[in-house]
Amino acid sequence: MSKRVTIDPVTRIEGHLRVDVEVDGGRVKKAWASGQMWRGVENILIGRDPRDAWAITQRICGVCTTVHAMASVRAVENALQLEIPVNAQYIRNMIMLAHAIHDHIVHFYHLSALDWVDVVSALKADPDKSAELAQSLSNWNGNSKAEFRKVQEKLKGFVGTGQLGIFTNGYWGHPAMKLTPEVNLLAVVHYLQALEVQRYANKIVAILGSKSPHIQNVAVGGVANPLSLDAQSVLTVERLLAVKEWMLKLDDFVKNVYLVDVAAIGAFYADWTKVGRGITDYLCVPDIPLDGKGTTFALPGGYIEGGKLESFKPIKTFGDQYFVDGVSEAIKHSWYDYKAGNNQSLHPYKGETTPNYTDFQDDGKYSWLKSPTFYGKPMQVGPLARVLNMLAAGHEPTKKYATTALDLVSTIAGTPVGLEAMHSTIGRHAARAVGCAVQSDEMIKQWDLLVTNMAKGDLTTFNKPVFPKGEQMGVGFHEAPRGVLSHWVVIDSGKIANYQCVVPTTWNAAPRNENDQPGAYEACLLDNPVADPEKPLEVLRTVHSFDPCLACAVHVVDEEQRPVVTVTAAGSC
Amino acid sequence: MTRNAVLGIGNILLSDEGVGVRVVEALASRASWPDDIELIDGGTCGMEMLDQLEELDLLVVVDCVRGGRPPGTPVVLRGEAVPVFFRTKLSPHQIGLADVLASLELTGRAPRETVIVGIEPESLALGMELTPAVGARLPELVDLTLGELERRGLLVGAVG
Repeated sequence: MSKRVTIDPVTRIEGHLRVDVEVDGGRVKKAWASGQMWRGVENILIGRDPRDAWAITQRICGVCTTVHAMASVRAVENALQLEIPVNAQYIRNMIMLAHAIHDHIVHFYHLSALDWVDVVSALKADPDKSAELAQSLSNWNGNSKAEFRKVQEKLKGFVGTGQLGIFTNGYWGHPAMKLTPEVNLLAVVHYLQALEVQRYANKIVAILGSKSPHIQNVAVGGVANPLSLDAQSVLTVERLLAVKEWMLKLDDFVKNVYLVDVAAIGAFYADWTKVGRGITDYLCVPDIPLDGKGTTFALPGGYIEGGKLESFKPIKTFGDQYFVDGVSEAIKHSWYDYKAGNNQSLHPYKGETTPNYTDFQDDGKYSWLKSPTFYGKPMQVGPLARVLNMLAAGHEPTKKYATTALDLVSTIAGTPVGLEAMHSTIGRHAARAVGCAVQSDEMIKQWDLLVTNMAKGDLTTFNKPVFPKGEQMGVGFHEAPRGVLSHWVVIDSGKIANYQCVVPTTWNAAPRNENDQPGAYEACLLDNPVADPEKPLEVLRTVHSFDPCLACAVHVVDEEQRPVVTVTAAGSC
Repeated sequence: MTRNAVLGIGNILLSDEGVGVRVVEALASRASWPDDIELIDGGTCGMEMLDQLEELDLLVVVDCVRGGRPPGTPVVLRGEAVPVFFRTKLSPHQIGLADVLASLELTGRAPRETVIVGIEPESLALGMELTPAVGARLPELVDLTLGELERRGLLVGAVG
């Protein structure tokens, strides 16, 4: 007898996601992912000045403000074939990388670690043994016994008041929680340290972006940061030196804490390398452009079919035709209508955003997300897609950190763990950490590139855009923390005629496509274990491994006191 | 000097949802503003604001508040009403303000006092304009916010 479990909303994510699974014999047999909010920002943009689009699109979402700003200016620049100064690329690159590092640290420690770490169990740990374990794994200076004792005391006080606060939604004592009290304490110590360290990433974004949380410095044509070697109130060498210092602090944490913790937790949960494989067609775009046009990139991107690295096809430049021609969006199972019929799949330049809400229909329409495909196939995007594509492209830093992580996992697990293990729920976490180490190296390199170029006397940051009469089309893509983000704009005589955003979580959390093929979440949930349908922690683990972000973000404070999280386990179906 | 902030939150793409941001914009456009009160357009952000919300003496959150009142009704929540409010998990937005404040509790850097200035929304439909019911009360919401600051001896001589 199968049991239907509805999780609505999924917690510790951004936005409103509903997940339904049918469980039979302790395994998921069928799954649906449903975006529960309409994002119609595209309709707001029509008729507006393309130079304003970035400021509007960065309001789509609470986490991804920066990424939408970047994709938007790139789309308009691509439409105008506008080259921007390299200084502007370097500054944008540093903002994007700092944002990504922030996002990954917060995702692991503050949003998803609680799926694996039992905070209450940490109270039972021997703090000295826990610190010794941490010291055996890394020489991070926050691993002292005194620090571990202090944190445990603090946690006792916190739990003692009954105010678990941010820890409220954990499944403490769940049978799927496997870590020893000492490992749990180690994770809690680093959870708190991560809260401190993530601030440095924010400071970098705030200084380079002129404002936080919403950056203000980007412009179609470059950035609005005046550069100077000495003048006040602009981006001076002094400020850049402060930025460098924060970069180094982040780098220390990413390599000596985050990467190590993910490897350690991954090794203790080795059985989760066999769960959550799902779609193994991986798409990522190149990013961190090194020239004004976007023809060379520090981080490569492309497409891998069936998980086979040798099938890698590169995406080479901004506006790459192979990418542009491949993307389309279906709505057969989404709450939209297309003029030409609901079995059609439309290219984003011809995209339509006409809502048609029908209620949740298992075999019909059930999500506000469209279903994007690449040459007709659903994709997995995100850190795993990124790392596999970079490995396939022979990117040396990625090889280095992937090897570091897998070697550490193998040592702790006491058995060799290879790249194959990455195609999994826990593998997505590992890939995110590996990618983060690569991003950290690259951010420091971008800083050097900017300072070197400034020293040569090049202080330009902006090329003025010119909007010709007639129609232009452009795509701006960005390899955002959660994967491929693309904005598609059609401009007619200086006004926006059409605009579509194809966002990473739409790729991954997509409903079934026009051929009824499931999206990445849906596919990855199949065969997922579920020990207790009333507490579907295992389902959350797989969904959280993607770091869902349902670009919508309604934020109303609700005075009516009602439980916001419902897990309903209905009878047989 | 004390450390204080007015934080406007909400999504400006969803009409009345963005009212908190609109209040902050109105305050920022005033001729003068004191250094000890930071104005933050928080949008729908979460953890990115952690730094700015640390160790505040006073945090005034401006947001739309759904409580079944007629649209456009302003509300101010102080003292005991505030923690109750955040404890009951107010929105499906999981890394929103409630979690930022919980994180600050955990690190012992939570604001000494938090006040919520809100207004009952009429519509959360897509659009960048406030509805007439809420838009008409915007000046009142600005005054309520200023009033909270004045009650605590802030803004002395700064507001003309």
